[in-house]
Amino acid sequence: MTDRKDFLTREKFMAELYRYKKGSVTRRHFLGVTGLGLATSVFSSAVSGLRSAAYAQGSIGDRVVVASWPNYHDPANFDAFTAETGAAVDLNVFGSNEEMLAKLQAGGSGWDVFVPTNYTITTYVEQDLIEPIDLSKLPNYDPASFDARFADAGTVNGTVYAVPRNWGTTGFVVNTSMLGDLPKPTTWKEFWDMTKAEFTGRTMVHDYQLTTIGNALKYYGYSFNSIDPAELADAEKLLLEVKPHLFAINSDYQPSMRSTDAWMSIAWTGDGLQLKRDMPEIDYVLGKEGGELWSDFFAIPKGAPHRDAAYALLNFLLNPEVNAKEVAFHGYPVADARVNAILPPEMLNDPIRYPAAELLSALEFGAAVTLTDPNRAELMARFKSA
Amino acid sequence: MQRQGLRTWLFLAPAGAWFLCMLVLPLIVVFVFAFGERGAAGGYVPAFTFENFANLGARWTAFQNTMVLAPVGTLACLLIAYPLAYFLALRASSRWRTLLLILVIVPFWTSILIRSYAWIYLLGGQGIPSLLNALGLGNPRLINTPFAVLIGIVYGYLPLMVFPIYVALERLDKRLLEASSDLGSPPWRSFLQVTLPLSMPGVATGCMLVFILLMGEFLIPAMLGGGKVFFIGNALVDLFLQSRNWPFGAAVAVALVVVMLVTVAAYLRFTRRWAGGRDDVSLM
Repeated sequence: MTDRKDFLTREKFMAELYRYKKGSVTRRHFLGVTGLGLATSVFSSAVSGLRSAAYAQGSIGDRVVVASWPNYHDPANFDAFTAETGAAVDLNVFGSNEEMLAKLQAGGSGWDVFVPTNYTITTYVEQDLIEPIDLSKLPNYDPASFDARFADAGTVNGTVYAVPRNWGTTGFVVNTSMLGDLPKPTTWKEFWDMTKAEFTGRTMVHDYQLTTIGNALKYYGYSFNSIDPAELADAEKLLLEVKPHLFAINSDYQPSMRSTDAWMSIAWTGDGLQLKRDMPEIDYVLGKEGGELWSDFFAIPKGAPHRDAAYALLNFLLNPEVNAKEVAFHGYPVADARVNAILPPEMLNDPIRYPAAELLSALEFGAAVTLTDPNRAELMARFKSA
Repeated sequence: MQRQGLRTWLFLAPAGAWFLCMLVLPLIVVFVFAFGERGAAGGYVPAFTFENFANLGARWTAFQNTMVLAPVGTLACLLIAYPLAYFLALRASSRWRTLLLILVIVPFWTSILIRSYAWIYLLGGQGIPSLLNALGLGNPRLINTPFAVLIGIVYGYLPLMVFPIYVALERLDKRLLEASSDLGSPPWRSFLQVTLPLSMPGVATGCMLVFILLMGEFLIPAMLGGGKVFFIGNALVDLFLQSRNWPFGAAVAVALVVVMLVTVAAYLRFTRRWAGGRDDVSLM
């Protein structure tokens, strides 16, 4: 998905088709090189009647529904899980924790696994929307190997409700080839000021109150988590001023950064790394004033329809070798020492994936109160509908 | 007599139950919620307050965007659909007509979501603007503007306008046009005095269909407006699915229903008067 050289041109496809028709290549080669083989296997896994009988008898069912984030999972790992267990992974992508909470509050989400961020878990527990994790069903989970800083939020009042997936930061990406003579921005102040001036019409912000309001608060040097009405009023003033200069308000900013329609965007670690990998001119910057440090978790919502499949998937993804492949794909750091032990050194030394300690010290974890604070929610809604 | 009445009721029962459960009851729920308060973590808490209605001003821009782009979009659809429907009904040979009609429907076979994604690329910097740039016609920003939303609207809703007008024109008694011509009327005059008035029921139906659906539209502005061109439908989605303020969302929904009822009533009145009190200008 992120490799732009990965697609097959029409000419190449036709050439391969002729080769196959003439008999100069095997059917297997043709299906493999054109991707039709993969398409067929995905299709057949989506149609349960076509699946082999051995898996149909499996006890975990034929599917597992996952609610997660954009550009966050290696499809190959999901395919491997399906091949191993017969349960197809049905992935739903969200743009904010608020959106996930709203779905669960409304009921009938149908999810088996979701990926909440550290600061939301206490609310899910209070609202009785989340199940305690039965650790006996997760042999691959080894609490001792996790960095407590990124794992603690999964435990509420002594009960484990969520197991860590990976952590990351929220900074911004900037396409340095569009800077001209400008110095590369290094602070949130510069981020917003450039948006209003030289980068007008080229900046994106998340459709997500925590990061968009949080980093607007940073413009004034306030806490990322502030719910102080006077400070929020300042942030709203800035956001309304900036809005006409934005390219878009959207948490899925990779396509626009890649097409160079957008030159700068609030961004998460992994997107920064994926973009940099394919377009070296794009840099990932942690604002000097600070911003967000976060940790994502796997959790199981109350009433998950395919609970066994949910545990099977979590256990599969917590396998250090599988998790290492996920890291290689999505670019986010993990708190699992077993995974870090098998990652190649260049990944561990990557300044985007594992930023320098002094940059991290300025960052804050999101606070639970920001998720439910009515003023922050309404500020974001007003900003969008203005 | 009585048995006949009973039978009528029996036949009406399924539709009646459907309307009651799917329209009337939800509307009552929405109405009741509009007077409530937001729960601590979002959702609804029973209360009796007018605060949600007093707050409606905070969504004024979204109302404004909808009240401008819905009528403009309807008009643009009409201006493009009428000549197309005219051609299909009166000019195309019967051999081609079926094929052309199918071509009008074909886009409906694919989800509007996927088609909107295609427009994101067409209107994005690497699409039409770069083509215009190569031709030396400037490099305009199209995506995430009201204009992009308008294009999406016209593209998505055109068939809904074409078909009612096509049906009206197709039913037109061609002898009336001959008579008009025999009496010395030039073609443009026949069109203005015969064809156009007789096709008005189709026009009225098409406009009503497109306008009502546009007032609740949220997908096209979300996809082609980049979160910057906000319709009232987007404000509603946001209130229920992000900020979780159900009571305020319900108040906005009630306001939208009222605005729609007033506009539609005014429109019906206007078209009826325009048609000189004839009864055949109706919704269907």
